[in-house]
Amino acid sequence: MTAMTARLQRVPPGHYRFRQVARMEWIKLRSLRSTTWILLATLAGMIGIGILVMANTRAPVTAADKASFDPTNNVLAGVALGQLMIGVLGVLVMTGEYSSGMIRSTLAAIPNRPLVLVAKAAVFGVVTLAVGETVTFVAFLAGRAVLGAGVPQPSFGQPGVLRAVAMSGVYLCLIGLMGLGLGAITRHTAGGIAALAGVLFVVPLLLVGATRGPQIAKYFPTFIAGNSMGVAKPVADMLSPWAGFGLLWAYTAAVLGIGGWLLARRDA
Amino acid sequence: MIEVRGLTKRYGSTVAVDALSFDVRAGMVTGFLGPNGSGKSTTMRLIMGLDAPDAGHARIGGRPYRALRWPLREVGALLEAHTFHPGRSAHHHLMALAASNDIPRSRVDEVLGVVGLAGVARRRARKFSLGMAQRLGIAAALLGDPGVLLFDEPVNGLDPQGVRWVRDLLKSLAAEGRTVLVSSHLISEMALTAEHLVVIGQARLLADTSVAELTGRGGSLEEAFLDLTGSSAEYRGGDPSGDRAATPAPTATPTGERSS
Repeated sequence: MTAMTARLQRVPPGHYRFRQVARMEWIKLRSLRSTTWILLATLAGMIGIGILVMANTRAPVTAADKASFDPTNNVLAGVALGQLMIGVLGVLVMTGEYSSGMIRSTLAAIPNRPLVLVAKAAVFGVVTLAVGETVTFVAFLAGRAVLGAGVPQPSFGQPGVLRAVAMSGVYLCLIGLMGLGLGAITRHTAGGIAALAGVLFVVPLLLVGATRGPQIAKYFPTFIAGNSMGVAKPVADMLSPWAGFGLLWAYTAAVLGIGGWLLARRDA
Repeated sequence: MIEVRGLTKRYGSTVAVDALSFDVRAGMVTGFLGPNGSGKSTTMRLIMGLDAPDAGHARIGGRPYRALRWPLREVGALLEAHTFHPGRSAHHHLMALAASNDIPRSRVDEVLGVVGLAGVARRRARKFSLGMAQRLGIAAALLGDPGVLLFDEPVNGLDPQGVRWVRDLLKSLAAEGRTVLVSSHLISEMALTAEHLVVIGQARLLADTSVAELTGRGGSLEEAFLDLTGSSAEYRGGDPSGDRAATPAPTATPTGERSS
C-alpha cells in the first residue's frame, strides 16, 4: 500500500449542474447487469408476442369484423408484458439505491435532491424511450411479416397506425418513469413493485368487475395503452388517443413530483 | 473546519443527538468517541445533510453541506460499510461518483491503488469482504481530494495491517492540513490516532479536549473514557426504542427499571 500522495488543492470554480448529475446517473444505470437483462428481455418478449399474435391472426369475415379489424392493436399485445418489465426496472433504479445504501453516496455527492431525481428520470427516460420505440417498431415490422396470406396488412400510411406504434413506445417510457416515481415514494422494492402491479393490473381489473364495465378502468394506464393509444381504429367508450396520452403524462408527472417532494423531505 | 452548534435530532421519542456543539479543527485528527448508540453516526449524517436536524446546525467551512459547490471535492466521508450497490464494480461506483463532481477519471485508478483494490476493481462488489467494503468507502472519501474528511468507524472489519494503514492514512491526511473527524468506540485506537477528542454519551457532549489533557487526569485514556461515560450511565439503562411514554431525555431523570 502506497502512501497518500494527494496534495491539498483548491476547489475549482463553478458548481455541479444537471450535466454532471446526468453523467453519474448514466454510469450507474449502465453499470448494473439488471438493466441490460431486463431491457433485453423486454425486447425479446414483446417482439416474440407480436410475432405469435400476428401468426395466429385470421382475416376478418363479417362486415362488422372487417370494420373493427385492427392488426396494429394485435401486434402491440406485448405492451402488457413490456410495461411490467420496464416499470419494475424503474422501481429498481430507485429502490436499489435504498436497499444497498448507495443513496447516501449519491446524496453526499449531489445534495440537491430534486436535481438527482430529475437527472435520474431524464437518463432513464431517454433510455426507455429508445428501447420502447425500438421494440414497438420492430415488433410491428416482424409481426406484419408473419401475417398469414389474405389477411389485410397494416401499414404506416394507414390512418392511426404510425401514431399507435409510436405512442406505445412512449407509453413504455412513461410507465418506466412511473415506476421510478413509485420507487422514490415507497423506497422498498417489494412495495414499489406491488404499487406498480396494482396500478397496471389489479385495480383496473377489480374496477371492471365492480362497475361491470370500463367506465372507471378506462382511465388506468393499461386500458389507455390497449384501447386508446395502441389502436389505429378508435374503440367505443374509451378515451381518445391524445386524451389518454395527455392523461398518462399527467399521471407520470404527479407520481414523480410526489416522489421528488418526499425525497427532498425525508432523511436518507 | 467543521462547526456543530446546538445540533439536535429526535427519532420519534428517542433523542439521538441532544444539543451537541463542538468544532473540528484543521491539521489534526479529531477522535469522535462514544459508546455504541451514543449518536456518533447520527451526528455524521447530520453534518452531511443526509438527515435533517430538529434544531441547531452543522457547517463545513462556514456553509451547510447542501450549499457546497463540489461536495466530493470539499468533503469526503466514509459513513458506513455499505454505501455502494452490490451489483456494481468498485471501478464503476467510483466512476459514477467522479462524474458527479467533475473529478478526472485518472483519480479513480489512483484511489483504487491507494486503498489496495486495484486488482478487484472490475469485479462486482457483491463478493467484497467487510474489509474490502471499508476500503472502497475510504477510496470514495478520498476521491475528490477533499480538505475535510469524516470517517465513521473506519477500522471495522480491517485486519491488523489494515488498522495500521488507516491510522497512518488519517495522520498523514491531517498532517497535510486537512480536517479529519474519526468516530470510534475503540478507545485504544483513538489513543494512537487522535490528538483531539470529542466524547459523547447518550446523545450529549461529555468532553471536548485534547487526548493529552484527558489522560493527564491520571491513568489511561480508557479509564478517563469510562469515567466520563460512566457518569452518564444512569441514562444508559432503558432501551430507547419503542417506549412511547418514555420521558424526554434532556430533563428527565430515568427512574431505574421501566418495563413497558
